[in-house]
Amino acid sequence: MMLLQVGNLSLSIHGVPILKRVNLSIDPGQIVAVTGESGSGKSMTALAVMQLLPNGATAEGAIRLDGANLLTQSEAEMCALRGASIGMVFQEPMTALNPVKTIGDQVMETILIHKAMPPAQARTRAAEVLTRVGLPPDRFPLSRYPHELSGGQRQRVVIAMAIALRPRLLIADEPTTALDVTTQAQILDLLKGLVREYDMGLLMITHDLAVVSDMADQIVVMRHGEVVESGATRNLFRDMQHPYTRMLFEASGHQVTLPEPTQQRPLLEVSQVVRDYRLPRKGLLDAPGHHRAVDGVSFTLNRGERLGLVGESGCGKSTLTRAILGLEDIQSGQIMLDGQPVFTGHRPNLAVRRKMQVVFQDPYGSFNPRHRVARLITEPFHLLETPPKGSERQDRIAEMLTAVGLGPDDAGKYIHEFSGGQRQRIAIARALIIQPELILFDEAVSALDVSVRAQILDLLAELCEAYDLTYLFISHDLSVVRTITDHVLVMQSGRIVEQGRTEQVFSDPQHSYTQTLIAAAPQLPEIGKLSA
Amino acid sequence: MSRNLILGAALSSLVVLAALISFVWTPYDNAALDIPNKLQAPDALHWFGTDHFGRDMFSMIMVGARTSIAVALVAVGIGMALGVPLGLTAAARKGSWLDEVIMRGNDLVFAFPSLVIAILITAVFGAGAINAIIAIGIFNIPVFARITRGAALSLWEREFILAARVSGKGAARISAEHILPNVANLLIVQGTIQFSLGILAEAGLSYVGLGAQPPTPSWGRMLADAQTMVSFAPHLALIPGLAIIVTVLGLNLLGDGLRDWLDPRIRVARA
Amino acid sequence: MLRYTLKRLISLLVSLAVASVVIFTVIEVAPGDPASFMLGVNAQEDTLAALRAELGLDGSRIQRYFNWVGGMVAGDFGTSYTYRTPVSQMIADRLWVSLPLALYALTLSTLIAFPAGIYAAARRGKPGDLAVMGATQLGIAVPNFWFAMMLVLIFAINLRWFNAGGFVGWGEGLWAGLRSLTLPAVALALPQAAILARVMRSALLDILGEDFMRTARAKGLSRRQALWRHGVRNALIPVLTIIGLQFSFLLAGSIIIEQVFYLPGLGRLVFQAISARDLIVVESVVMLLVFAVITVNFLVDLAYAAVDPRLRSRS
Repeated sequence: MMLLQVGNLSLSIHGVPILKRVNLSIDPGQIVAVTGESGSGKSMTALAVMQLLPNGATAEGAIRLDGANLLTQSEAEMCALRGASIGMVFQEPMTALNPVKTIGDQVMETILIHKAMPPAQARTRAAEVLTRVGLPPDRFPLSRYPHELSGGQRQRVVIAMAIALRPRLLIADEPTTALDVTTQAQILDLLKGLVREYDMGLLMITHDLAVVSDMADQIVVMRHGEVVESGATRNLFRDMQHPYTRMLFEASGHQVTLPEPTQQRPLLEVSQVVRDYRLPRKGLLDAPGHHRAVDGVSFTLNRGERLGLVGESGCGKSTLTRAILGLEDIQSGQIMLDGQPVFTGHRPNLAVRRKMQVVFQDPYGSFNPRHRVARLITEPFHLLETPPKGSERQDRIAEMLTAVGLGPDDAGKYIHEFSGGQRQRIAIARALIIQPELILFDEAVSALDVSVRAQILDLLAELCEAYDLTYLFISHDLSVVRTITDHVLVMQSGRIVEQGRTEQVFSDPQHSYTQTLIAAAPQLPEIGKLSA
Repeated sequence: MSRNLILGAALSSLVVLAALISFVWTPYDNAALDIPNKLQAPDALHWFGTDHFGRDMFSMIMVGARTSIAVALVAVGIGMALGVPLGLTAAARKGSWLDEVIMRGNDLVFAFPSLVIAILITAVFGAGAINAIIAIGIFNIPVFARITRGAALSLWEREFILAARVSGKGAARISAEHILPNVANLLIVQGTIQFSLGILAEAGLSYVGLGAQPPTPSWGRMLADAQTMVSFAPHLALIPGLAIIVTVLGLNLLGDGLRDWLDPRIRVARA
Repeated sequence: MLRYTLKRLISLLVSLAVASVVIFTVIEVAPGDPASFMLGVNAQEDTLAALRAELGLDGSRIQRYFNWVGGMVAGDFGTSYTYRTPVSQMIADRLWVSLPLALYALTLSTLIAFPAGIYAAARRGKPGDLAVMGATQLGIAVPNFWFAMMLVLIFAINLRWFNAGGFVGWGEGLWAGLRSLTLPAVALALPQAAILARVMRSALLDILGEDFMRTARAKGLSRRQALWRHGVRNALIPVLTIIGLQFSFLLAGSIIIEQVFYLPGLGRLVFQAISARDLIVVESVVMLLVFAVITVNFLVDLAYAAVDPRLRSRS
């Protein structure tokens, strides 16, 4: 008996087609993953099942839950189904909970709104459900507020709300995308366990093929609002029919070949760096506390080397990055670039800054929207004593834009005229234009779709050949770091716990934390590689 | 362009135009007394009627617009000229003692409503239109400082500002080159709103005698004069009141319209 | 929570201290000597000195500042230059008109604005919303004292439902007192309600876009249930800020409105004092108004913490 059947679902918002004749079905106890890049319509499919579509949306076709077509249900009937028969978990656990209500109240609300049981009993049930998702009331009382919990814990609360009434169908929209890799593994385990225990159907929306391959029974691949391929996970990976599926698979595990590092002279020397943050006092008379974000970090980056820095959120990698860039002072230790300190006294050293540049994560926030590309990418000229002028300047702009795969004509455009991937190329052009000794890539490919990410990685490999780059590549994504670096640092709670040649560290991790990280990271199946 | 913008711009320019024309032409001399024709209701000769001295109300409204606009405009200028740099500085030095001093200073000024400032100034230096300008201007400073700081703070977190810092640019240069252009729209919209509030405040101050003094015509004082005669000559109170409403409404609509038009994010959200 | 309250309290005291210094300094700059102003140009030097001593005008500036502040803390605001009566008594009488008027208006504007704002937000873009927004756009543009004159014209002069002005006094009973404050309170409240309703609406619309509202809908709450259970309390945070700011506008507004209705409040007192150059009265009334604004903002800060658990635990 089919639990959910989506048949020929077409959807348009204000006349713009979003979904085209989408078909998929879920049996009880089955996990169906819908995957695709941004704009594929995968999230809209989930919202259509919930009937929580934006204003102006019109749907055709059928969405049958236990035989009843949800598209013809009234809003009141849908309210009765949501939370009771269909539960939903969202991507962003930090904002998915009401900040001014306790977690107990929020879980109880699911039960009470459906008048499933009296308040006292609902309270007991809420405690049970929270215990089931790993938040036992003796350690996490119902009176906690969301801001007192971590991201992973909040996601557990969201899951508790979704399963409090044991719905027949659970929808999870990128439930682990905002989480660290070890937390992701735990949440995925929790979801798998719940599906088995409650015999629920799980509709899982994710962009991450590796996550999908690990847990889904069925996979649906979408692009531009259409299903391009679907089937049982094992079969689909063994025999990918559609070129888009193959491209997606190849891009997800994309490998590049870096040229051999040339010289072995040290460029960046970081020794015993400590960075403390003051915490607010706990009590009136307490001394202010300290949080040690970076705790005695030392490493050397040689000229021509590509060094990775991996770690989970809050491990101090961002703080360390800022300190190296001279954006933040450090309490003790020394950061030397090319033999000169990044800080002289407490001021950043301009002569040193000239030798490094940075590429940030967010392709949308990295540029002043009011300036044209020519002005944007020449901003680092400010660091030069004699910045190029006139035709020399034009030539440099043209050269850089060409080097990153854009055209000289793009210099006159504004940033909003470019896609995310193109913006990241412009960011790289800006970093390269003064030919710095060192470039820092701060999660530079993390916000990109896999196919775009693969192109940017290729670009980096090309640029390594052309410009003999030295860089520090900061990322939480192990698979990317593995291919784009030749040495790697693993950071945990402000310390470097392991460092070495990338391949060595990944294939034979020594520190227990590195082992945990690598074990937690979802892997693409090998079978795909054989047929690809 | 939205309906708000067009209607707002039309109403506002109507008032500004009336004020400008009054420098070269008014239907009558706005100060000329004509006691025999006092308290006349609006008709073809006196479009807005006459007051208790027989002065032409239409001419007085035109000249009064000058006072209102001048006071409100200069007050907004004072607020922007001082408030915006303060806000930019506080944001650039976020968390420092300077930020603390500026923000505490703001809170302090906020505790003095413009009426209270006007009372203090008048008590010490005597009455005059300049009091109204200073009082409203001082009140505008923390308004602009606060919104500038708020908007600038979120910009300072953006990666393009970090990129500028990595390019060795200092706080002052970044504020001028990157922050100010990106808060300009907000300031234009807020400036329009403060302009309209300034018109209202000026009317209130001159109504209680803390603003422009005779013989300078002002809408607020016309209302004060009308108060005792409202039962038998309601047009004396109605007309200056409507003049204020049209001006303030026009400026508010213009502000809303500008906001929708200038800020693409809001425009997208409403589409 | 205790720490938060204490921190706010210290900030309140510092603000009051600085405000008092500012007010004292401005009044000090005033040209002329109140004693010679009161006694005329021909007064004897020893009579002047005696009067100065009586008014507390002798001694150094710093000494006088501390006498003034110390007196106020003890409830002694000095002696009026013109009436030779204790300023505290004069203020107390007037305060019983101005303060109830401001609070009455605040209550009215909140009672009107909250439902109007919530209604408009719930019906975003529909005729109900457009009607409320149109009315508030107009309400913001209306000067409250002019609106007061129109109310007098309609409800006092034409319909004769209310008196055109004056205050019967609280001795006539609560209802009679409230009745004579009703037209002034309505005149003050409606324009303020227009602003507050707009703030409430836009705060709610911001909240409606939040992720947790979608979570609430996914639990099975209807649009309206989600708005009431999750929207309103979160929207209160920005709305409280505006209520705090509005109080200072209401206080200033009530001083102006008192002129329309000939109410014997602080407004009348201060304007008479200005024309009589009775600077000690001006100084005290201004300090009192500033005190009220600062205190209300302190209460708003405490209300934030009651609404938002994040503030309670943070510091």
